[in-house]
Amino acid sequence: MPPTPPSTGPTDISKDLMAASSTPIVLAILAEGDSYGYAILQRVRELSGGRLEWTDGMLYPVLHRLERLGYVKARWETAESGRKRKYYHITAAGKTQLAEERRQWQVINATLGGIWQPLARPAPAHRPRFAYDNLQPAFA
Amino acid sequence: MRPTTNANVLEEQIAQWRQYLLRRQAIGSRDVAELEDHLREQVASLSDVGLAPDEAFLVAVKRMGNLDSLSREFALEHSERLWKQLVVVPTASADSAAPGRMDAIVAFALAVGAAIAIKAPNLFGKLWGQDEVFYARNISLFVLPFLVGYFVWKRDLSASSMTRWLAVAFVAAAIFANIYPYTSADSSTQILAAIHLPIALWLAVGIAYAGGRWSQVAGRMDFIRFSGEWVIYLVLIALGGGLLTGFLVMMFTTIGVNVERFVEHWLIPCGAAGAVIVAAWLVEAKQSVIENMAPVLTRLFSPLFTAVLLTFLGTLLFTGRAVNVEREMLMAFNGLLVIVLALMLYSLSARDPDAPPGIFDIIQVVLVVAALVADALALWNIVGRITEFGFSPNRVAVLGMNMILLVNLAWSAMLYVRFLRNRDSLAGLERWQTRYLHVYAIWAAIVVIVFPPLFGYR
Repeated sequence: MPPTPPSTGPTDISKDLMAASSTPIVLAILAEGDSYGYAILQRVRELSGGRLEWTDGMLYPVLHRLERLGYVKARWETAESGRKRKYYHITAAGKTQLAEERRQWQVINATLGGIWQPLARPAPAHRPRFAYDNLQPAFA
Repeated sequence: MRPTTNANVLEEQIAQWRQYLLRRQAIGSRDVAELEDHLREQVASLSDVGLAPDEAFLVAVKRMGNLDSLSREFALEHSERLWKQLVVVPTASADSAAPGRMDAIVAFALAVGAAIAIKAPNLFGKLWGQDEVFYARNISLFVLPFLVGYFVWKRDLSASSMTRWLAVAFVAAAIFANIYPYTSADSSTQILAAIHLPIALWLAVGIAYAGGRWSQVAGRMDFIRFSGEWVIYLVLIALGGGLLTGFLVMMFTTIGVNVERFVEHWLIPCGAAGAVIVAAWLVEAKQSVIENMAPVLTRLFSPLFTAVLLTFLGTLLFTGRAVNVEREMLMAFNGLLVIVLALMLYSLSARDPDAPPGIFDIIQVVLVVAALVADALALWNIVGRITEFGFSPNRVAVLGMNMILLVNLAWSAMLYVRFLRNRDSLAGLERWQTRYLHVYAIWAAIVVIVFPPLFGYR
């Protein structure tokens, strides 16, 4: 597991990048184990050191899309508080998709990694950063 | 503030937020449950780090994001939800499913009851297809009690005195429908009674439908809305039933089995009787789910009927022809008045009562006035020759109905014009129309009860 980046507050990330990265991030978190919306967001926050901030509600349409595509399966469980909670579970198709996404991100990662160094400039203070098990920090 | 009050306030805030979300069409109730779980978790964790519940709530709601863009995202993912779906038996959770399912079970049980009732006279030698007049006189008595029963159950009226009076009305109807010694099977008074009995009994349906609200204008107006939707659903069911019957006959013909007798003696009467109840149940079930159809059709056809009537009157004026009404033609004018009345009623029923007069209101008035003029010309013609025709039961019945409709429309036109001139609100017109419902029923009852002895059972 890569070291948790220092918490420096949320970073602005373009909408397109957010949308593109949400699928692998959610699938990877679910690959760690079944989870539910709030816990997934907590995990995203934790992994990014608080720098990747999703609008909470927006996670749910993403989860529903993944469910429709067959990458995750949902089930309702009653939490200890007595509330109904919707848990998501990654499917075999989801794992395949995750591997595919990982391959693509690694290509991009490697490409960008190859160009950042020759540019040899000190990186700006705030830049997007992703960190989780299956994806190396892209802009480090 | 005490902690309990704080918790109450929080619950109230969450409940409000939930209601707000539920109003979004694209966000389903299960999604709201999921988002609420999220919100509560967020509030709890913010409270743990020392925020007051109301602060925690505000922050949690803010983090949830802008509701417009959220519901847009949901709409992209669930576009089917923008089509309002009739959920007859909700699947959300067991407890919320119970009332809907119970409703469906009762409705279908009563539909089966009506289907059996219509076949019951078979046991007593009154055969369908042979004793046609018997069925024609009694058809509403086989079916409408089940419809009334449905509303008695639905509105929980079984213990009230109203139910006894409704039962008395049906028993009285059964007596009057069957005691008269009609001179022949096709005597006019008998046919008239058969036609008018359902009209009279429809009032009983209305009283049951309105529950305790029949005395209120709003309750009777709801019944008018119900009646319009019910007719539309019945027509749709009949179309489907016709298709089903056609395929049934065709398929069995290909294998050399004749199902005509089954279709004629069982499928059509039983299906039609059941459809009466099922249509009512559908109207009740979809009431808040689907746009009412009657007002939509009204919007479409009011201008068209207005154009037709104006063209007719214009042609009349231009060519100088007289309206030459044969006796049967007055019936057609009755039909015209009924249609114009329905167009006015259903545009009224869907109208925002506070909206100022608009172009559509002017079209309504023109429509009503044009229909009145056309009908007056027809009446003038027939009254001029009434002595020549003589007073037969048919003529009196048709003329009577025509007068009733004419009076209604004339006064309605007056009230509508007053509204257009900002002298009065439309509430007056609504009151007039809903009170007038009694007049149709009373007239129909007179035709059923008084006409046969008056005209010597001819």
